[in-house]
Amino acid sequence: MGMNSVTNLGRNGIQDWIIQRATAYVLALYTLFLLGFFVTTDVDYQSWNALFAQGWFKVFSLLALLSIAGHAWVGLWTVSTDYIKSAMPRFLFQAACVLVMFVYVVWGIQILWGL
Amino acid sequence: MLVSLYRYNPESDNAPYMQDVEVEIPAGKDLMVLDVLNLVKEKDPSMSYRRSCREGVCGSDGMNMNGKNGLACITPVSEVAKGNKLVLRPLPGLPVIRDLVVDMGLFYKQYEKVMPYLVNDNPAPAIERLQSPEDREKLDGLYECILCACCSTACPSFWWNPDKFIGPSGLLQAYRFLADSRDTAQAERLANLDDPFSVFRCRGIMNCVSVCPKGLNPTKAIGHIRNLLLQRAT
Repeated sequence: MGMNSVTNLGRNGIQDWIIQRATAYVLALYTLFLLGFFVTTDVDYQSWNALFAQGWFKVFSLLALLSIAGHAWVGLWTVSTDYIKSAMPRFLFQAACVLVMFVYVVWGIQILWGL
Repeated sequence: MLVSLYRYNPESDNAPYMQDVEVEIPAGKDLMVLDVLNLVKEKDPSMSYRRSCREGVCGSDGMNMNGKNGLACITPVSEVAKGNKLVLRPLPGLPVIRDLVVDMGLFYKQYEKVMPYLVNDNPAPAIERLQSPEDREKLDGLYECILCACCSTACPSFWWNPDKFIGPSGLLQAYRFLADSRDTAQAERLANLDDPFSVFRCRGIMNCVSVCPKGLNPTKAIGHIRNLLLQRAT
């Protein structure tokens, strides 16, 4: 009876829902941290570079990046199934979203670790 | 009073249109919207709408009054009319059969999906399946639904996916049976609601709560279902 899909991120509705909520918390924390950093620190190249030189912040940034990707996948998948009624354009839209997120994640890793 | 009516007769009209009708309201009286419709029908017998009990119990005359869904029979004109103008349209999102009469097929299909009946395969006791007063209390705010469809047709998620999203009304009924201490099919019921559409298309905008003529809270029931699904999945 359930209407399961193969293009959503989780295997079912509750998994998608948890992914979206959990990633939202990560993104909120990351945003608050950055806000705090901007308010308390005199931001220049040195301080910015020092922040990203720390291992834990690289991990935190990667977590935030993965969270954006997961959050956007669930969210945009939902938007696409709401508004794009023909299967082919919908699939192309979803594929384009996933491709963009994949590129962002790989590119982000490259930037964070200076590979 | 000026009444603007949504008119559509598929046998003679190419497209729906709005018709303005002047209706004499008896002085000093605040009629219900259904009374006004009855006055319109006296003038123009071709005007079609559903009505039955005329006291908010049968759920037949759900319609959109000046932009908000409700039951015409228990909605005073003074509550909805703006600038002495009453605008009546059919419930949004469902196919119009004629004038204010909509095809409720999709709505009932979603209702059917949630198995709106008690499932209990245990041998029936001699007299009845007893429930403690506390267990019975859990059904308050759920069993009162009259299936008027005001909530589901006020819900954008139901407009976009009426074939996949169960909608506030169906989900309220789903929880009514999930919460019933006499029901033994909770696992099966939850398994049927697990997909990304049936429950999770609810984005919590609470249009359903704002329009329910019985004052029920489908959003709260949907939250309870989500918690049950969460408990089951973690």
